[in-house]
Amino acid sequence: MRGLIRRWRTVFGFLLLFLLWEVGVHVFGVREYILPPPSQVVRALVKNWQPVAASAGITALEIVAGYALAIAVSIPLAVGIAFSRAMEETVYPVVVFLQIVPKIAVAPLFIIWFGFGFTPKLLLVFLLSFFPIVIASIAGFRAIDPEIMDFVQTTGACGLRAFAKVRLPYALPEIFTGLKVGAAISATAAVVAEFVASDRGLGYLLLQYNGDLNTQMVFATVMVLGAIGLAVYFAVELLERLAIPWHASQIDRQDEPGLV
Amino acid sequence: MSAAPAAIIARGLAKSFQRRTVTTTALASIDLSVAQGEFVAIVGPSGCGKSTLLRLIAGLLRPSAGEVATNGHAVTRPVTDIGIVFQNPVLLDWRTVLDNVLVQIELRGLRIADYREQAVALLRAVGLGEFLASLPRELSGGMRQRTSIVRALIHDPPLLIMDEPFGALDALTREQMRIDLEALWLRTRKTVLFVTHSIDEAVLLADRVVVMSPRPGRIEQIIDVDLPRPRGIEARQAAVFVETAQRITQIFLARGILHQSRGL
Repeated sequence: MRGLIRRWRTVFGFLLLFLLWEVGVHVFGVREYILPPPSQVVRALVKNWQPVAASAGITALEIVAGYALAIAVSIPLAVGIAFSRAMEETVYPVVVFLQIVPKIAVAPLFIIWFGFGFTPKLLLVFLLSFFPIVIASIAGFRAIDPEIMDFVQTTGACGLRAFAKVRLPYALPEIFTGLKVGAAISATAAVVAEFVASDRGLGYLLLQYNGDLNTQMVFATVMVLGAIGLAVYFAVELLERLAIPWHASQIDRQDEPGLV
Repeated sequence: MSAAPAAIIARGLAKSFQRRTVTTTALASIDLSVAQGEFVAIVGPSGCGKSTLLRLIAGLLRPSAGEVATNGHAVTRPVTDIGIVFQNPVLLDWRTVLDNVLVQIELRGLRIADYREQAVALLRAVGLGEFLASLPRELSGGMRQRTSIVRALIHDPPLLIMDEPFGALDALTREQMRIDLEALWLRTRKTVLFVTHSIDEAVLLADRVVVMSPRPGRIEQIIDVDLPRPRGIEARQAAVFVETAQRITQIFLARGILHQSRGL
């Protein structure tokens, strides 16, 4: 019952936002090319759904592929850095340094290297979502209670068994934090890559609409982008709920006394 | 008839830690011998190296000097035929009470099916029969520590090492745990090395109390406790208990670890 109420409150919050926007635009007489009311944005999107949907497919693919690549590389790398002194001393400082470099700055370089196609977008998404996952995963592997490792040592368990049964599950909550940050960044990365140079995708479409002063469609495209980002984020959160149902972050707040 | 080897023999065992240019001697030359089936408590103030001593015996630390053997084997790496309990229960949050006990078996690569029954029986014996499927966060501190103790016993090790196991519990839970631990020990008769900073707890539990003093950590005295078992609540009134606790207090007073009222 309380869950239902909470969900309705969330929906209500969004409805209120759109209502204020709609009313505000009319009351203050804001021009349409500056800020169109949400009703018009939705109408424009429904009318022009075809080019938007085609571009959305391309951008979504860039996001998902780049993000998947980032996960596939970053977690093994984090394992290496967390468990090998040699890797910690050689690779980790490089990772930390690269993390500080504003990676968006290399986007134009990717055009020179990889052209205008799919590859530079994939790589920029990879590059931007990679670091939060690596950093969080390393932190997760390191956060283990040393006394748990003392206990594990007295069992004589081999490294692999200790990793599978203790170290990895222990690090999962932190890893998921990194995965969620990475997911949020990946949509931004894809759009920026498309801004720099492309002939398709939502970023490209956004620039076209902007050039035409078609503010309605700019807003419509941003909404679709937001929806894609949200979908990736919720996919990760669903996975998290399945993987670490025992963690404090996943415990249903329904069990707690509500703040009245 | 050859006598069984001593459970623990330490000779000249010492440990110092080096940090930058400063060397701290945590433990200076310890000689200690513990017989099979004996319950030995180590009592001393913080920083007297009693935890360091436990970790040296368990092979979790390497000594700077001296040597130690458990059950006749020189300790050169982590000892695996022991059970270990810390001040924090360090359970795995994602496992139920029963699975937290059985992780001991899994990590050793033994057959879980062979130990499940025993795990349930032990958990029942410590009053956790109703909580086999509970997660650690659903338990009280005392229940978590009981789980941790059962985890340390499930593989039937000859030696149990406990590092201030009741230190994080409230006084009432602590007293109950003390009584239950003694009952468990009377049933199994394992060798127990029990570190505490509570004089009462040491005297009420142990056959012998090792009194330590700090900077550097060393053994001041080893005191036999001649109290009949089981030592229930009433043992606190026994003349032997009062006398022994008083003797240990006197040692700490003499070493300046405890002070009489300073007239504040």
